Amino acid sequence: MKPGSLSTFLRTGAIWAFVLLELAFFGIVGDMVSTSNTPFLAPDNLLLTLKQAAPIGIIAMGMTLIMINGNIDLSVGATFALAAVVLLDSMSWPFMAAMGDWAIPLAWFFALAVGALLGAINGLIVWKTGVDAFIVTLGSMLGYRGLVFMYNGEQPTSNLNWTLVDFAEAQFLGLHTPTWFLLAVTLFMWFLSTKTVHGRNAYAIGNNREAAVNAGIRVGPHMLINFVIIGFLAALSAVVFYSESGSVNPNDGQLYELWVITAVVLGGTKLAGGSGNVISTLGGVIAIQVLRKGLGHMGAATETVNLVIGLILIAVLFLDRQLNVKGREALKT
Amino acid sequence: MTAPALRLENIVKTFPGVRALDGVSFEVMPGEVHALMGENGAGKSTLMKVLGGIYQPDEGRIVVEEKPVTMRTPMEAKAQGIVFIHQELSLATELTVAENIYLGELPRRRFGLVDWQTLYARTDAILKKLKVGFDARTIVGSLSIANQQMVEIARALTVDAKAVIFDEPTASLTDAEKSVLFDVIADLRGSGVGIIYISHRMEEIFKITDRISVLRDGSYRGTVNTAETDEDAITQLMIGRSLDLSRNTVHHELGDVALEVRGLSCGKLFQDVSFSVRKGEVLGFYGLVGAGRTEIAEALFGLRNPSGGEILLNGEVVRISSPHDAIAKGISLVPEDRKGQGLVLGMNCRDNMTLPQVDDLKAGPFVAEGAEVAIFDQYRDRLDIRTPGWRQTVGNLSGGNQQKIVIGKWLSMHPEVLIVDEPTRGIDVGSKSEIHKLIRELAAQGYAVIVISSEMPEVLHVSDRIVAMYSGRIMRTFTSEEVTEDNLIQAISGIRADRDAPVAEPA
Repeated sequence: MKPGSLSTFLRTGAIWAFVLLELAFFGIVGDMVSTSNTPFLAPDNLLLTLKQAAPIGIIAMGMTLIMINGNIDLSVGATFALAAVVLLDSMSWPFMAAMGDWAIPLAWFFALAVGALLGAINGLIVWKTGVDAFIVTLGSMLGYRGLVFMYNGEQPTSNLNWTLVDFAEAQFLGLHTPTWFLLAVTLFMWFLSTKTVHGRNAYAIGNNREAAVNAGIRVGPHMLINFVIIGFLAALSAVVFYSESGSVNPNDGQLYELWVITAVVLGGTKLAGGSGNVISTLGGVIAIQVLRKGLGHMGAATETVNLVIGLILIAVLFLDRQLNVKGREALKT
Repeated sequence: MTAPALRLENIVKTFPGVRALDGVSFEVMPGEVHALMGENGAGKSTLMKVLGGIYQPDEGRIVVEEKPVTMRTPMEAKAQGIVFIHQELSLATELTVAENIYLGELPRRRFGLVDWQTLYARTDAILKKLKVGFDARTIVGSLSIANQQMVEIARALTVDAKAVIFDEPTASLTDAEKSVLFDVIADLRGSGVGIIYISHRMEEIFKITDRISVLRDGSYRGTVNTAETDEDAITQLMIGRSLDLSRNTVHHELGDVALEVRGLSCGKLFQDVSFSVRKGEVLGFYGLVGAGRTEIAEALFGLRNPSGGEILLNGEVVRISSPHDAIAKGISLVPEDRKGQGLVLGMNCRDNMTLPQVDDLKAGPFVAEGAEVAIFDQYRDRLDIRTPGWRQTVGNLSGGNQQKIVIGKWLSMHPEVLIVDEPTRGIDVGSKSEIHKLIRELAAQGYAVIVISSEMPEVLHVSDRIVAMYSGRIMRTFTSEEVTEDNLIQAISGIRADRDAPVAEPA
């Protein structure tokens, strides 16, 4: 075997093995403990799990690219909420209301544009000031959340459009609309990160920024593009989710950034940048959702779920570290 | 006869598939400076890790003053009196000298409070022995690299050291700082400590060591008395043949002036620098660390904004605002710090080689992987890059092959001017001569090449003309016929020996 291929396999394949392990566990042990009559592995339940994984998953695809690039974005939860507010509120504007169902694509456009704009603001600040993305997006996380509250105070913003609900709840080939969005975004981001120049350069910048600059790569524009992408995806996530629910609380999307980062890290992307891939991130997203769903199936409370996910995250990273340290030593002869 | 301070007996260490150390034995006497030499990959660092308690030997014994010892951690090694002065300093720069020296072992009073008085008194006593110009309360970050190294040495002196190991200690020191370091080493040796000195630099080895032991491919090749050998014999031991560093006498046919610099200045870094390189010519830059050579290269590559003067490419004045700009105009830089500035270590060979042109190679929105592999194959063959395949991660290659990847990266861009900063730093002797040959070949093919080097034999070996720099200024430009070691050293030391001699220009 070529050097490093074992750890490469573990990094890309292990998360899927973990998902299978989870399914087996909840399918057997879960069903024994559960008071519910439907088995955990019932197709409908699994399809629902995928659908519920979509909001975090769509954002996680953008976060993977951001983290490969060596940055991080903590403002995605707030962007998600603000895009949702714009989506639902814009449909009640008089000129939009007059358009009937034609207002829907326009409302989607407004929400997505707001997401891309918020991302662009983050990207421009990171590029032009040179301040660390962690700090910049920590600031914008608070700032964007402030905008959400300024929009409608503590009140929820609601607008239920049945055409939208029908669209969001539709199933095609068994998969729900949000799942299709998740798969489409994953595919798109896979192409972007592995097949395009932008993706290649993102890896190079995250791995060794100075060498990338010396190779003539303009680092700033690449970072800006990535922030625009993740802002857009945070808004897309909101669009998909709130088309169905029709009501957004100003606190919605809080802690999303942490769930997203957890999924990306579980998928093997390094916080330091330079490595990672979106397919493994998809594995991380599904692993978390199966765990949440499965523990719920067994009757565990939300607190327990969070505790278990936290422990698993640390255990996985510890394992990864053990494997890598060994691999690196063997190479250093 | 006195017992050796440290003796290694038949040390064997294997890793999966590799016998990294194959029965290495040598000994260091008290009061001896013992050089350990070998190419990269010869096993020096593995041996040091065995001595430092990081690796456990599979076979063999380590004996300190006739007492066999086992060391499972770096702390245990230190407790046995084996102390390291590492190439890369590991100091807490925000803390004081005293805190750094006693880090982890701060003297305490009741309730775990730090006994500052004792700490400073003990530290000052050690610093006095080293005759340094700073005291225990100085913040380490405010010291020069050389003085920070003194702090490391002071740290070594807090234990009853039997053997002190210096790993490439002069890598980032100026000549003045080096001589201070050598004085300290002489003092240590006078006090009966055994010293292992690891360095690639022959002149240092011959200046300060008593005996030289050589490793090759993980096995021990012998120990010789420094006084009874010469560089050639040592090189023979290290690589099994000798390295050709004769003076360059062959000049290729010169084309037009590719790059001309007129009165270029950049603040205090360099002033009023003028020179020109023709196609088919290798222009060497020689000078001390800090003379401004690298900074000139960075200005030409768009990494620094010059404060005055002009740059002409093929006779036209150009402004170079970024590396992107420089590359587009045909200037390439093989940087000094290969791993930090030249390569993306986590990426594979092919991706590193095509990094600057991947944007030009795309097919629609996608990277053209086939074209990339073709480019990689072409330059792998041309530069004789030894790698299992393009998928290999660059970080796993040897220094020489890594440098060839960087050079191949720029050659595949067909630059007008190729600047090579310290082309063979940290590269083993065998690859060194290959890279020297390559530089000469590039000139023969009509490239204008600028070589910056701190090694005089290297500059003399590859250059057609040599620019001598001192303190940000060009002192003199020599042709390879008129240059001698003496007049070159005078020039880079700031002595204008023959002030009236006309500055040499290409014919």
